[in-house]
Amino acid sequence: MEHLLSLFVRSIFVDNMIFAFFLGMCSYLAVSKTVKTALGLGVAVTFVLLITVPVDYLLQVYVLGPDCLVEGVDLSFLSFILFIAVIAAMVQLVEMIVERFSPSLYAALGIFLPLIAVNCAIMGASLFMQQRITMPDTNSQAITGIWDAVAYALGSGIGWLLAITCLAAIREKMAYTDVPRPLQGLGITFITVGLMAMAFMCFSGLNL
Amino acid sequence: MSMFSKANKEALINPLNLNNPVVMQVLGICSALAVTAKLEPAIVMGLSVTIITAFSNLIISIIRNSIPNRIRIIVQLVVVAALVTIVSQVLKAFAYDVSVQLSVYVGLIITNCILMGRLEAFAMMNKPWPSFLDGIGNGIGYAIILVIVGFFRELLGSGTLLNMQVIPDWCYEHGYVNNGMMTMPAMSLIIVGCVIWAHRAYNKELS
Repeated sequence: MEHLLSLFVRSIFVDNMIFAFFLGMCSYLAVSKTVKTALGLGVAVTFVLLITVPVDYLLQVYVLGPDCLVEGVDLSFLSFILFIAVIAAMVQLVEMIVERFSPSLYAALGIFLPLIAVNCAIMGASLFMQQRITMPDTNSQAITGIWDAVAYALGSGIGWLLAITCLAAIREKMAYTDVPRPLQGLGITFITVGLMAMAFMCFSGLNL
Repeated sequence: MSMFSKANKEALINPLNLNNPVVMQVLGICSALAVTAKLEPAIVMGLSVTIITAFSNLIISIIRNSIPNRIRIIVQLVVVAALVTIVSQVLKAFAYDVSVQLSVYVGLIITNCILMGRLEAFAMMNKPWPSFLDGIGNGIGYAIILVIVGFFRELLGSGTLLNMQVIPDWCYEHGYVNNGMMTMPAMSLIIVGCVIWAHRAYNKELS
């Protein structure tokens, strides 16, 4: 239980997808113009993470790992193709569910909903999960069971949601500031994210 | 049509500056930021992406007329994933140290937006040869930014270039200190921000 909680909090603040690993940067910069759509995308990303990471965990442990299917065969070189296929299928599923039950959110997210499939945060979380399985139990980052994978996915998703909502709020205010012309738009956004990342660095001393 | 007609040249040259994938189209940012703490992984990453973009563009362009429109994303992803798996295995075999440094970011080339962006925007509607050139152009445009960021971060952060010391010892004796901040992830964002600033200030018509 303690391990679950520490994994969860760590993945929100210390190993934040955006500020520590820069995953999912493309949609992060493109969709963070207003708080409302940013929040919607953040929820969608969290949801997709919450499904794909545990599924990929089961695949890694029961199908791809050494000696799983056939004695003496390590299939982990196939993980890229298998993980991306799971992610693409799940995103398709989420897209159909959202379209069926919340047409307004579906319209607001537009092209970015199918693009979650190529959001590096999702693939990145699966690949980090694959690395963390091999860590020793005592490591606070280790993923030792399916619930750890769920906690890690949820934490990473919430961390991403937090980051995109904060940036969207800052950018809404920044519309009123006087930024040098060549720096406007993309340039100043990068520098803002850099400063936010510095602020998040203070969490790295957090001992859980 | 000659091998290097005007249109083909444009497909190759444009992404290097005016239509650079990183600073203009904002694609492929994730890995551009994460692998640039040192120059060496930045160069290897740039090369890998160039190779994968070029060949995935070529393959998709060859089979573009037989891909059903509804499942094209999955087809593209599978082609890219297969190429990335090959590159990752080659790196593990011949440049193990760099492949450890790049860790998950090699696998993340699959979800690098440059690839999907070029496949969707160019390879799906152009002949194989221009698509191949477009892939090389975009890969090199991406690599240039990686090398610039990696150069500054390694020079200022560790005082070395390609792991060779370039800042002489007497500088350290007179109180020069490496800027440890530069090796932190946060600084790469700010350096990319400054690169974008310089690029827009230089190409005035863009801003």
